[in-house]
Amino acid sequence: MSPLKIKKGTSRHSAYDLRDHHDTEIARHTLAVIVDNEAGVLARVIGLFSGRGYNIESLTVAEIDADGHKSRITIVTAGTPSVIEQIKAQLGRIVPVHDVHDLTVEGPSVERELALFKVTGVGDKRVEALRLADIFRANVVDSTLDSFVFEVTGTPEKIDAFAELMRPLGLSELARTGVAALARSEKIC
Amino acid sequence: MAKQMTGAAMVVKALKDQGVEVVFGYPGGAVLPIYDEIFQQNEIRHVLVRHEQGAVHMAEGYARSTGKPGVVLVTSGPGATNAVTGLTDALMDSIPIVVLTGQVPTFMIGNDAFQEADTVGITRPCTKHNWLVKETDRLSPVIHEAFHVATSGRPGPVLVDIPKDVQFASGSYVAPKDAPTGHYNPPTKGDPDIIEALAEAMETAKRPVFYTGGGVINSGPGASKTLRKLVEMTGFPITSTLMGLGAYPASGKHWLGMLGMHGLYEANLAMHDCDLMINIGARFDDRITGRVQDFSPDSVKAHVDIDPSSINKVIHVDLPIIGDCGVVLEQLLDVWKKRGAKTDRAALSTWWTEIEKWRAVDCLKFTQTGNTIKPQHALSRLEALTKDHDRYICTEVGQHQMWAAQYLGFEDPNRWMTSGGLGTMGYGFPASIGVQMAHPDALVINVAGEASWLMNMQELGTAVQFRLPVKQFILNNERLGMVRQWQELLHGERYSHSWSEALPDFVKLAEAFGCKGITVSDPADLDDAIMEMINYDGPVVFDCLVEKHENCFPMIPSGEAHNKMLLGEDVDTQSAIKEGGAVLV
Ligand SMILES: Cc1ncc(C[n+]2csc(CCOP(=O)(O)OP(=O)(O)O)c2C)c(N)n1
Ligand SMILES: [Mg+2]
Repeated sequence: MSPLKIKKGTSRHSAYDLRDHHDTEIARHTLAVIVDNEAGVLARVIGLFSGRGYNIESLTVAEIDADGHKSRITIVTAGTPSVIEQIKAQLGRIVPVHDVHDLTVEGPSVERELALFKVTGVGDKRVEALRLADIFRANVVDSTLDSFVFEVTGTPEKIDAFAELMRPLGLSELARTGVAALARSEKIC
Repeated sequence: MAKQMTGAAMVVKALKDQGVEVVFGYPGGAVLPIYDEIFQQNEIRHVLVRHEQGAVHMAEGYARSTGKPGVVLVTSGPGATNAVTGLTDALMDSIPIVVLTGQVPTFMIGNDAFQEADTVGITRPCTKHNWLVKETDRLSPVIHEAFHVATSGRPGPVLVDIPKDVQFASGSYVAPKDAPTGHYNPPTKGDPDIIEALAEAMETAKRPVFYTGGGVINSGPGASKTLRKLVEMTGFPITSTLMGLGAYPASGKHWLGMLGMHGLYEANLAMHDCDLMINIGARFDDRITGRVQDFSPDSVKAHVDIDPSSINKVIHVDLPIIGDCGVVLEQLLDVWKKRGAKTDRAALSTWWTEIEKWRAVDCLKFTQTGNTIKPQHALSRLEALTKDHDRYICTEVGQHQMWAAQYLGFEDPNRWMTSGGLGTMGYGFPASIGVQMAHPDALVINVAGEASWLMNMQELGTAVQFRLPVKQFILNNERLGMVRQWQELLHGERYSHSWSEALPDFVKLAEAFGCKGITVSDPADLDDAIMEMINYDGPVVFDCLVEKHENCFPMIPSGEAHNKMLLGEDVDTQSAIKEGGAVLV
């Protein structure tokens, strides 16, 4: 029979109450959302987040199946457990959304982000920037006599770390793509 | 094979193929080709409204009283923006409607063309889904999908925006049976394991209560039937939200009355003290829960809802069941019967004894004395004189709405149309027109406040033109009564702008539109006046002058728990709402 063991009073706390006392821990979650690639679908997803007061740390979107007209939206968000559950349920209600996967809880996954860094400087600073870039396995994709453009691929943390190192060495511009993520084992779409 | 026709012809054909009998609409430049098609046929009736907001509420009234989707046709720009309130109302109350809007031709979109508005952009957050159709070949599949989305899963409003060049161009028509429905097909069957666990909990519950909502109505009459069976067989008490009235009959012996902010004492206390709460198709709205921290503190909670986002949104539940109310009720009844149809009879009878004590408080009692009609008295008489009719009730929003919910009895589903989630003043009158269109011979009454009613009174023209004998029962307190009540309780009796100044003479107003007006102020004349209203074969504006300062009780002050309810007589209104509650609406 039922595996559920219900005890009287276990549901004393509402979501609001949980937020106050038990549900305060904010965690970062990476969601993969498979959608029909149709006009307005991104606006629906973004509108949901702004309309309901959820936050978006990063968002990437591109078509992944031209024949099936499907796109994959990768959203990094943060919230308490109950907020994350609501976000997933609300995303699931959007008509062109096929699937919502929480990569953070659904088993091991890999995350990568690409960033371009423009570092301007001469002399020692320029040499040091190049040396650190080598350690981070950054590619030099453009260079002038007083600047480099580096390309770095890695986890968001690695990109943060590289940005910290480049700042004193003349970091003048930074462009990041946002996170692309995949579950390690099973295919999800 | 696929037939060639213009986009405009496709719209009408698709509506016919979807079984649409009536469209509520208003023409304009961007929908002229569709109006031209409507002119050349007789199957679909078109009701010319007087304002597009009215059209949407009419479609809502039509949908709620029939269970079929309501259809609206309006022009681009202002036509579409006027529909926004109705769309939001339908979204909040999960009412299936399909709104078709005209749009400027595709080659002018984005140019700030005359009467251009970003209709899909504006209505994205207030529809369940919407489409801008840029190719005529896509038009019929999209319209069929629109009907599918509006009516399946949790119902709601959808909108199809159709540029004028798409209406003129030719394309091939696809019939509903050949149209792809997309992947949108929410499951309707509940998880059998959790249903089994709920049946088990029902066997041992000592203080159970059914808490039902609009989901039971939306699921169709079958859900109400099963619910009634389950209630009779278990002997559990049942209460309902404003949206769910009529799913279980008001005359049923297990009925506790409505719950919530203005719900009945016995209903709210049963919710607070229960040990098993069975929520079927309700959503723990803030009008229901009051202070969430103190909401039914000692109960195991089950929640049946077709929308997964409703589960654990406000109140954490122990037994979440995602599915259609009607289907899950069948499953539950089956399982519970198979397990032997057991309940704890002894505990239940103690529970009923306790409930009877609360009931004895008689929280709706009032005394009609003097020469002024009390609104509660007006509604009690309306109930007595109309309850045996084939009757449908709509309301506006305010005190009169709550009194209508308290003093009128609903025996069947789809008989009660009120704006619950959005609380839209101006809803009731057009809704009553939509109901009467669907039920030409029924007695359709809109219980109104004078202020709300004025918000869409232009629809008198529609009622007269289409010979719809809707009865507008206005409880005229010359006040924005509900606002006045909150100012009394919350803002030190400073009645800022809560008077209805410069009111019209409602009888003359009615006559100016060519319908009947009745006014009554003496309690002694009330019954005769109501009978005159009922017996008149045509629309009536009934101006019932009532006590101006009556408050609506019981009331759970905002921010309080269910067991902190204020009862009618001798309330200390000054200290009723504490500071924390004042910020809540
Ligand atoms: C469109 C809209 N505007 C404002 C309100 C806020 N509001 C709620 S009840 C109410 C007063 C309604 O007055 P009336 O229709 O006369 O009803 P009464 O409360 O007097 O019975 C107001 C202004 C609302 N619900 N809807
Ligand atoms: Mg009033």
